[in-house]
Amino acid sequence: MTLRIDAGVQLGPLALAVEVGVQPGEVLAVLGPNGAGKSSLLRIVAGLVALDRGRLTVDDDVLDDPVGNVFVPPDRRPVGMVFQDYLLFTNLTALENVAFGLRARGVGRTTARLRAAELLDRMGLSSHAMARPSGLSGGQAQRVALARALATSPRVLLLDEPLAALDATTRTGVRRDLRHHLNDFEGMTIVVTHDPVDAYALADSVAIVDHGEVVQRGTIADVTAHPRSQYVADLIGTNLVAGDVANGVLVTSSGAQVVVAGAAPGPGFAMIRPQAIALQRHVATDSSVRNSWTGTIGPIDLLGDRVRVGVLGALPLTAEITAASLAELDLQPGDAIVASAKATDITAYPA
Amino acid sequence: MPSRRRRVDRQRLPIPALILAIIAIAFFALPFIGLVWRTPWRLTWEVLTDPDVRQALWLSIWCSLWATALSITFGVPLAWLLARVGFPGRGVVRALATLSMVLPPVVGGVALFFSFGRRGLFGQYLYNWFGFRLPFTTRGVIVAQTFVAMPFLVLTMEGALRQMDRRFEDAARTLGASRGYVFRRVTMPAVWPAFIAGCVLTWARALGEFGATITFAGNFPRTTQTMPLAIYLALESNPDEALVLSMVLIAVSFAVLIGLRDRWLGGSARALT
Repeated sequence: MTLRIDAGVQLGPLALAVEVGVQPGEVLAVLGPNGAGKSSLLRIVAGLVALDRGRLTVDDDVLDDPVGNVFVPPDRRPVGMVFQDYLLFTNLTALENVAFGLRARGVGRTTARLRAAELLDRMGLSSHAMARPSGLSGGQAQRVALARALATSPRVLLLDEPLAALDATTRTGVRRDLRHHLNDFEGMTIVVTHDPVDAYALADSVAIVDHGEVVQRGTIADVTAHPRSQYVADLIGTNLVAGDVANGVLVTSSGAQVVVAGAAPGPGFAMIRPQAIALQRHVATDSSVRNSWTGTIGPIDLLGDRVRVGVLGALPLTAEITAASLAELDLQPGDAIVASAKATDITAYPA
Repeated sequence: MPSRRRRVDRQRLPIPALILAIIAIAFFALPFIGLVWRTPWRLTWEVLTDPDVRQALWLSIWCSLWATALSITFGVPLAWLLARVGFPGRGVVRALATLSMVLPPVVGGVALFFSFGRRGLFGQYLYNWFGFRLPFTTRGVIVAQTFVAMPFLVLTMEGALRQMDRRFEDAARTLGASRGYVFRRVTMPAVWPAFIAGCVLTWARALGEFGATITFAGNFPRTTQTMPLAIYLALESNPDEALVLSMVLIAVSFAVLIGLRDRWLGGSARALT
């Protein structure tokens, strides 16, 4: 009882090669930068894009298998999709939109409308059943789109950037509602998003997609605790250093060294939280701190009472210090600086 | 208040453009005023009750509606093919499908005659094998009108099919709609205004068709003599009658154009579920 995607397809310049599975009741967030192939993954599952290689199955049903010459067209897949911008049919009312899938599958008008009314009611939209999409707010339109996708009782639910079309003020509430509705859904759900906050709020697990490949897959806690790509490190705002570990020292490709306590030898990552990095004008000679790197001050970003300071050098880092420290040190871009961190504040793990 | 001033500016056309637009309106209106002024209205009843005239009017309406129906039947799939399917030689096919719009209609009529005439390249088989004759019959009128009018439907529909947001079709497919259902419930409603506009253009072109009809179908009262042919003929023998006939044709066309505009083009699309 799972959705298994083993997808190989060439989409213009992008070679998509994704292998991922989703369990019933699981909400998987697919997170990645624009153009990474996230939406294409959903279109593959929906049957709007055919595979060149690989295999797509839901439970025991093969949906796409180029080798076995199987391709189930989109209208016969057990898949519901909520599109970016929702794509509600503008000439139909909210009720008719939700009833569309049932009508298309040959359900009688009365039965289809009853079922649609039920779903709208569950979404708290009964009073808007007769409204046209142009008369709905972004959050309401999203719920109609969700009801429309769920009306045909799919086993797989796909959501393409379900919150991107909303403004900041309504977003939080709509996100909470969506989480609630996704919890009720017993099938397999994939949510595509570029916002880690959405992924964190909506999903149980996350797959990071970059350049057409899954670069990391796991629970959200696991992925954020042990990022394995610069993209994830940037998303959660931490420093990630890749290199080879030998004798408790990680050496990067540019020759910079990070002392990591008790790390296993071999290729590995070191994560250094920006808050754990201290900045000094001069190298301290009598310090217990094992790691210190020289560099110059890069961009300085003010975040309220905290400041993010870029350090450029053999080991590029971002440090987070208080605004008071910044003022005291009187740091300017281009100044020489020494960044340091205790080995115990650095998390190291094998690549 | 600057914002208010900007709004007013946007609504008002610059004076030179306004003058040119008024000249254009006058250019369309003046010929009709001249026609109305010159029309011998006292003859109206006499002309309208003439059985030959009623026959010509009826034939015109009948044939132009048939031509429109045939254009829809074959033109919509052709527009679909041109808009959605990339195939080698698509440009050539599009040029071919619109050629009869550019050609002098007489040339189209001659081409039809040498292809589908009784001794024509294809027409001889139609006649010898099935006893089916097109030239100098009402069917010939319909074929000639379809030949020159269908491009208007094909072109407008192709443009609309290209411009529509195809993601709505994708959405319908994922909801379980077959391709036929998507076409009827999503695609057609989306291109509905263009479809109606194309139908009106096609019908109007068929109604006014003269050159191809007279060349291919001839000018026989009751079978092939449509209004434009009757008007042209009357112009030589009885100009007063020609004027009244022209007014009748104008009235019918104008009524249909205005009626369709209010009914289909102005209002919103219908609910379809």
